[in-house]
Amino acid sequence: MTITDNGFTATRRLVLQGAGLVILVGLGNIPLGVAPALAAANDKYPEDAFKQKGEADAIKSLYGKTAEPSDKVKLDAPEIAENGAVVPISLTTTLADVTSISFLVSENPNALAASYQIPPGTVPAVANRLKMAKTSNVIAIVEAGGKLYSATREVKVTVGGCGG
Amino acid sequence: MRSAIHFASAALALAALASVAAPPALAADTPNPAADARAFQKYFIDKFPKLKLADFVNGPYSLNEDMHKQWEEKEQFPPYEFSLDMGKEMFSKPFKNGKSYADCFPNKGIGIRQDYPYFDDKEGKVVTLELALNRCRVANGEAPFSYVKDEMAALTAYMAFTSRGKPFDIKIPNDPRALEAYENGKRYFYTRRGQLNFSCASCHVQNPGERIRAEILAPALGILNAMPIYRSEWGGMGTISRRFTTCNVQTRGVPLDPQSDEYRDLEYYLSYVSNGLPISGPGARP
Amino acid sequence: MASTIRVRATSSGDTTEVQALIQHPMDSGFVKDAKGEIIPPHFIQQLTFEHDGKSVFVANWGTAVSKDPYVKFSFKGGNKGDDLKISWVDNKGASDTTTAKIL
Repeated sequence: MTITDNGFTATRRLVLQGAGLVILVGLGNIPLGVAPALAAANDKYPEDAFKQKGEADAIKSLYGKTAEPSDKVKLDAPEIAENGAVVPISLTTTLADVTSISFLVSENPNALAASYQIPPGTVPAVANRLKMAKTSNVIAIVEAGGKLYSATREVKVTVGGCGG
Repeated sequence: MRSAIHFASAALALAALASVAAPPALAADTPNPAADARAFQKYFIDKFPKLKLADFVNGPYSLNEDMHKQWEEKEQFPPYEFSLDMGKEMFSKPFKNGKSYADCFPNKGIGIRQDYPYFDDKEGKVVTLELALNRCRVANGEAPFSYVKDEMAALTAYMAFTSRGKPFDIKIPNDPRALEAYENGKRYFYTRRGQLNFSCASCHVQNPGERIRAEILAPALGILNAMPIYRSEWGGMGTISRRFTTCNVQTRGVPLDPQSDEYRDLEYYLSYVSNGLPISGPGARP
Repeated sequence: MASTIRVRATSSGDTTEVQALIQHPMDSGFVKDAKGEIIPPHFIQQLTFEHDGKSVFVANWGTAVSKDPYVKFSFKGGNKGDDLKISWVDNKGASDTTTAKIL
């Protein structure tokens, strides 16, 4: 599936997203029941997960299950983002058999920001820079041994005025 | 005849008086840039006793731990990298007439950022690096670049990069016009303007390290050493010209034309009082 | 044209650390331009790193990844002088590929 909405207005886009949600959630449930190994082997872009609004729906769409908090997931993010456009966020974990790492920003229009596949032999740690619309929880999900683990941190975002 | 002599002697007497009275009066009023720079740097060192002089070139990042950490992460692969590459490429590419930027500058333009702006005694005015770059272009039959856009930022980014670590070395020659330019720049820096009635100094001398709304104000000391900068707020690069004009706009004043005499003098003043601090540009800022 | 991809891959012991910076607007589709019109979404969706014929890292990105995106990761294996192939594709179907040497 390719995105062709580059010419659409905001309203039309929202309507389309709504429609996509219904169809794709239905689709997304099928492969999950089929084979757990599919997640690691699946190189396809998880389009539908990126279109979900809230983090719960995005996680469900991406993994088909829920995550439990774990102190083995170490999420590093600033207390106050210097600018919401560029927030450095990184993760390390001591969990074994990690197959993917995802970052979600609760208050963004679409919660899922990035999802990384970690093949065997790749160190389960990643650093990236994300956009945050406003002060929000940042949630990191680690998929390890077929289970989901999470860590959450609040990052304050203040919109710039004058200065610097 | 007699009256003429009388007049002449009166004039002499006056002159004699003036020469007696003049020295102390001059001492108080004569601009003394060297003393200014010492006092300016001492002010910031006293205000931030934990910082080393060179730390000031990193602006707000030296004043706040959380921000310093975000900066270190950013510097691992800095956002000005693309601009720097673009500048390097532009700098080495010859003009249509076969000449290049290197032909317009001492030492072929490498490692000279710390010498700008300088006072040009032929023109009787301050010449900034951005101005010199555009003059180089025009002299070689090329159209000048906008002073606030990406091309100028890229060129100055490359020239700053080749000068990293070299201390600002701005000279004020023994020329009353140079001293006047310096004084004009200083006056501009401390004069309040705009609807907010802020001077440059209100934020960057009186309140560095404090938050104005969401942002941490940078100290004026070393502020130009990091130019040009990638600002996350801009989502891109900005030159010294861009910094000055946005500063005026943010205090709700009317910005001047980039490279107007006032801005050139302001850059002269602000660079001079940071003499001795290393060039650190291009920089990244919030 | 210069590549949109900048990579630094350094091998140390049995681990190769990779940092990449990519030139891309990453327009979210939620921002308006100066005329008040929505800037359509334009963002990298997938970024892959391949070493020795197999992928060592795959990034799936949405619109909340910052402009000129940056990512850092490490993998076991990879020797100095090895090739690392990096490619991305965006939501408009544009793409770029480069090969970097591990240092």
